[in-house]
Amino acid sequence: MKLHEYQAKQVFADAGIPTPDSRLASTVEEVMDAVDEIGYPAAIKAQVHVGGRGKAGGIEIATSAEEAREAAESILGMDLKGYTVDTVLVEAGVDFENELYVGITMDRGKGEPVAMVSTEGGVDIESVAEETPEKIAREHIDPAFGLHPYQARKVVFGAGIPSDVAMDVASILGTLYDLYESSDASEIEINPVMITADREVVAADAVMNIDEDALFRQPELAEMEDEAAGDELEAKANEYGFDYVRLSGNVGIIGNGAGLVMTTLDLVDYYGGEPANFLDIGGGAKAERVTQALDMVFSDENVDSVVFNIFGGITRGDEVAKGINEALEQFDEIPKKVVVRLAGTNAEEGMEILNEDLVQVEGTLEDAVQRAVENAEEVTQ
Amino acid sequence: MSIFVDDDTRVVVQGITGGEGKFHTEQMLEYGTNVVAGAVPGKGGQEVAGVPVYDTVDEAVDAEDADASVVFVPPAFAGDAVFEALDTDLDLVVAITEGIPTQDMAKVNKRLSEVDTRLIGPNCPGIITPGEAKLGILPGNIFESGDVGLVSRSGTLTYQVVSNLTERGIGQTTAIGIGGDPIIGTSFVDALEAFEADKDTKAVVMCGEIGGEDEEQAARYIAQNMDTPVAGFIAGRTAPPGKRMGHAGAIVSGSGTGTAESKIGALNDAGVPVGDTPNEVADHIEDFL
Repeated sequence: MKLHEYQAKQVFADAGIPTPDSRLASTVEEVMDAVDEIGYPAAIKAQVHVGGRGKAGGIEIATSAEEAREAAESILGMDLKGYTVDTVLVEAGVDFENELYVGITMDRGKGEPVAMVSTEGGVDIESVAEETPEKIAREHIDPAFGLHPYQARKVVFGAGIPSDVAMDVASILGTLYDLYESSDASEIEINPVMITADREVVAADAVMNIDEDALFRQPELAEMEDEAAGDELEAKANEYGFDYVRLSGNVGIIGNGAGLVMTTLDLVDYYGGEPANFLDIGGGAKAERVTQALDMVFSDENVDSVVFNIFGGITRGDEVAKGINEALEQFDEIPKKVVVRLAGTNAEEGMEILNEDLVQVEGTLEDAVQRAVENAEEVTQ
Repeated sequence: MSIFVDDDTRVVVQGITGGEGKFHTEQMLEYGTNVVAGAVPGKGGQEVAGVPVYDTVDEAVDAEDADASVVFVPPAFAGDAVFEALDTDLDLVVAITEGIPTQDMAKVNKRLSEVDTRLIGPNCPGIITPGEAKLGILPGNIFESGDVGLVSRSGTLTYQVVSNLTERGIGQTTAIGIGGDPIIGTSFVDALEAFEADKDTKAVVMCGEIGGEDEEQAARYIAQNMDTPVAGFIAGRTAPPGKRMGHAGAIVSGSGTGTAESKIGALNDAGVPVGDTPNEVADHIEDFL
C-alpha cells in the first residue's frame, strides 16, 4: 500500500524529520490561501500514486501569485498517467545547495533490509543504480538488531556526504529505519533530502510503501489507504477481497492460484489473444466467490469473452461448478461466452454438474484458452 | 529415492485444531504420512483425527520423536510459530501460511542461518514424495511415483505441470512448492542441489515466475553444477511492471529486473529449455528420459 507524499511527510514530521512548511489543497482558492500563508517560492505538487510526477507536469514551482494560480489551474483536475489529480500539496520552496538520496528497502536476495545513501539525489535513483552503482553506498541491516548508529554513520560517510551535515543525515537515516520497522514498510525513501544554504537538512519529498500483509497490525496506516486512487474495477476487487489486476485486452480470465492464473494469461497471449485481467479467486473458493468473480469480469466493458480455469487442490470442482451455474442462471441472456476448464479435486463431479447451455466446457488448459480467444475474436469481428 | 521427506518422516502439525490444520491433517494421514503429533498453545491433551495434541512444539517433538513440522498457523502468528519450530532441532519445517509480513520473515531468515533446520515456504503448497509422504496441501491423487523431480514457486501451477507429466506416465521422485513470497527458506538452488545428489532423479522441472532473481541464480547453478537435465517454465510473461500479480513476490520492478524475459534468457543460456506451455515442459522432460 502506497502512502501519498503528504501522508508520508506527516509520518516523517511526527518522528522528528525536518520537512518544509506545507498545506493540502483541493481547489484553486485553497491553493491561493496556502501560498499567502507560506510565501514564495512555493512548490505545488500533485498527490497521486504515480512516479515521475515532475516530468509529467504534476509539480510546478510558483514565484508569484500569478504563477501559483496558473499552476493550480493546470494541475488540479489534470490526468496524470491515468489518475485524476484531486489534491495538491502546497509547500514552501527550499533554497538548496545539494540534493541527496536516502532510502531503506528489503533486499529480497539477502532477506535483509538495506540502507542506501547517495549524493545523487533529486534524480531517478533507479538510473543511478544502473549506470553508476558506485555512487550509492549500501549497508545491510540485521533485522534482529536493527540499524546500529555506527552503520548509519558508515553508510553516510561512505556515500561522501559533506561532513558538516553528515551527522544530521545519519540521524535522519536512523529515524527512517525506526519508522521502516515500526510501520512495516516495504520501502521508505527521501529523494531528495535538500541541504540549504544555511546547511539545514530538509526532507523535500517522502515515499512510504507499507507491506499489505502487515496492515492488520498497522490500523492507523491502513486508514490512510486511498481507495479512489486506483482503477474503479480494482477498487471493487478490493471490496470483494480478490487479487485482481486490470489489463488492456478483451479476454477475461478467472482462475485459482497466482501462478496458474498468470500462466492462463500467458497462454491467451500465446494463442493470439489479449488478456483483460488477472483475477485469482484464491484457495477453497465456494459458490459465492465464483458469483463475485463473474460479476467482476462482466463489469469490465472491455471483456468480450471469459475463460474460467480451475485446478482444484483445496478448491473443489463441484463447488465451483455449482457457483458458475448459480451465477449464470441469474441472467436472461449471458453477457459474454464463458469457457470452463476444471481439473483436480472433484473435477469430474464438477464437469457433470456444469450446465452446458450456459457455458462451454473444455478438457485441457490449452483447448479452453484457444476457445476463449476464438470467442473474443468472433465478437470483435 | 526422494529428497527431504520419505515414509520415515515423523510430522508435527502446528495449528492442527484450526479448520485448515484439521482438514489437511486428515488428508495427510489418508495419504500415508506419519503425522505423529499436533501443537497448539492451550489445546494440549486433545486429539485431532486420532493424533495427540501438545501445548508446545518442544513437548510434541520430545513425546513423539518427530523430525518435521507443518505450519498451518494464521499469518499474524505464523512467524512466531516458525521460530518455535526452529528452536527444537527439527530437520524440516514446512510453512503453508500465506500472508506472513515480510519483516517477520526477515527475522525468521536470520534465525534460519543460525540453526540446522531446513525451512520450506512460507506461502507454499508443501512437499510430496509420491507413495510415501506429503507435508502440506497438495492433492495427492495427481502425483505418481517415478524419476522426475519438480520444484516450483507456485502451487496450482505445480498441479498443472504434474498432471501433464502423470498423464503421460511420467512419475515424480519428489515435488516441492518453495512458495511465492519475497523471502523464503528453501530456494531453487537448494532444491536443485538435492535433486542433483539424488541418483533416482533423472530429470528436473523448475517452474518459476516473475519477480526477484532466484531463477537467474538457479540458471547459474545449473550451468556450473548440474548433470541432471532441467526443463523450465516461467509464468508471468504478460504481467505489466509494478503490479503485484497475486503472490507477494510476483511483481516486476519498475527498473526492469525480475521479468519473464530475463529469466527465460538466463535459463536458455544455461542449456535449460523453457516451455511456452505446461504441455511443452512435459515434451522436454519426455525427450530427456
